[in-house]
Amino acid sequence: MNRAIPIFAGLLAIAVPLSLLAGRVWLDPASTPNAALILAELRLPRAVLAIVVGAGLGASGAAMQGYLRNPLADPGLFGIAPGAALGAVAALWFGYAAAPYLLPAFALVGAGGAMALLAAIAGRTGGIALFTLAGLMVASLAGALTALAISMAPNAFAMSEIVMWLNGALTDRSWRDVWVAAPLVALGIVVLARAGTALDALTLGEPVARSLGVDTNRLLWLLIAGVGLTVGASVAVAGIIGFVGLIVPHLVRPLTDRRPSQLILPSALAGALLVLVADSAVRVLPLVTELRLGIALSLLGAPFFLWLLLRMRRGLA
Amino acid sequence: MRLAAAQLSIAERLDRVSLILEPGTITAICGPNGAGKSSLLEALAGLLPAGDGAVFLDRQQIAALPLRERARRIGYLPQAHEIAWDVPVRSLVELGRLPHGDRLAAPVDAALDALDIRDLENRRAQSLSGGETARVLLARVLASEPQWILADEPLAALDIAHQLSLLKHLRRAAQGGAGVVLVLHDLAHAMNHADRVVVLDRGVVAADGACEDALDQQVIERVWKVPVRWIGEPRHRALVSR
Repeated sequence: MNRAIPIFAGLLAIAVPLSLLAGRVWLDPASTPNAALILAELRLPRAVLAIVVGAGLGASGAAMQGYLRNPLADPGLFGIAPGAALGAVAALWFGYAAAPYLLPAFALVGAGGAMALLAAIAGRTGGIALFTLAGLMVASLAGALTALAISMAPNAFAMSEIVMWLNGALTDRSWRDVWVAAPLVALGIVVLARAGTALDALTLGEPVARSLGVDTNRLLWLLIAGVGLTVGASVAVAGIIGFVGLIVPHLVRPLTDRRPSQLILPSALAGALLVLVADSAVRVLPLVTELRLGIALSLLGAPFFLWLLLRMRRGLA
Repeated sequence: MRLAAAQLSIAERLDRVSLILEPGTITAICGPNGAGKSSLLEALAGLLPAGDGAVFLDRQQIAALPLRERARRIGYLPQAHEIAWDVPVRSLVELGRLPHGDRLAAPVDAALDALDIRDLENRRAQSLSGGETARVLLARVLASEPQWILADEPLAALDIAHQLSLLKHLRRAAQGGAGVVLVLHDLAHAMNHADRVVVLDRGVVAADGACEDALDQQVIERVWKVPVRWIGEPRHRALVSR
């Protein structure tokens, strides 16, 4: 029995109504004017989007750590997030951001391009080391091109828009973004969940997994498709939100028997919870301008990562 | 259910190796470092492409078998004891059921009992000693109920008591009808516990036959280039330098 699922589902059920009420203005459904409109058109889509984005990032983080057999792996390693970001940056650069769907579409094309490049480099052999290196290189290339786009921005406005967008946020999102991301993320999570038993076998190393009948090429494709869909769709609607995929599996793991397959769905729930809570927190923080969600999660994530490294070092000593 | 290699060639590791292995017996593969032992075992397990040659399981080309069916029939235990996550022992042994697509309790229990590790089933992998880990990983192979057990250096890093107990378990599996193929560095273990020894040297079969013949002292001197002699009685041999 996987007790992580009811725990995180329960916490999420508590967090959703709180997040709907929380914000610069605390909603009182009885007295706040236009409360229903604010809820239906602003807060609810934002909360749903936080859940969708968090679920995708959490599940892909769990799958990545299982695949690379490394607790420090993050979906960002694949180069898919930087690829999607590059696509979105291109849309902003050309001034397409105002047209609905164009920015997410560009981001998805960027994610798809990164996936195709990864598959072309590492897809045949299925070697994990080659795959990781390919992912890192795709990430560096996309990062360099993004930096180039920023430095050659046509005007200051585009430059600031790009930089702001890269710092991930869920501000001013609408149901349109939900409809873009939700189906892709859901499909991605299903694909990753299908990889679960193969990831379990990988616990004993690649040769044993293969001897147990795991088709490592198929597994690689499932991972590329699953991470591409979840992370690509998340970046397309929310920009770069780091550390969720890294942190969440660590929160979930102690509540499971630590088999990678048991981590994927609870990590989706925990990721949804983390992003929802963090996004509510940035709304409530008394700052002049709202803290960008991507920055907030990095401020939370980097110290967590350091703590993790210290704990691992102690474990090794 | 014979396992056979025909003209097995793997670049710079194996050169036209042909073997027919019989079920119900223990075959030891011996040879100096770099002789191609592990490659031969991996190829027999269907994990390495066979080059110009082929591996046959009961006259069927192993490369043509569906992955799951191959996995049900051939259990493979590599030398490295890699366990990435701190999972419970029972979950590890249950991985052996993956090729069958079930998590049947009976074969898992039988494997745990066969290796006397029933009391470890709720322990976590990283709390196990080297000897316990070796037994758990062999139990994982037994839980698949394979017709063939291919193990690469299963005795490495074990003390003598655990070595003998593991050999006893493998003998029991062979008596139950499984074919057992072991890569062994310890020539005395091969001499005393195998039914047949295949000596590899730089990718070719240097000797193949009953232990006393294949591990004859001239063969050892020729292949390993050390002057040695056997002492003791058959099945209780020890190797000493001359």
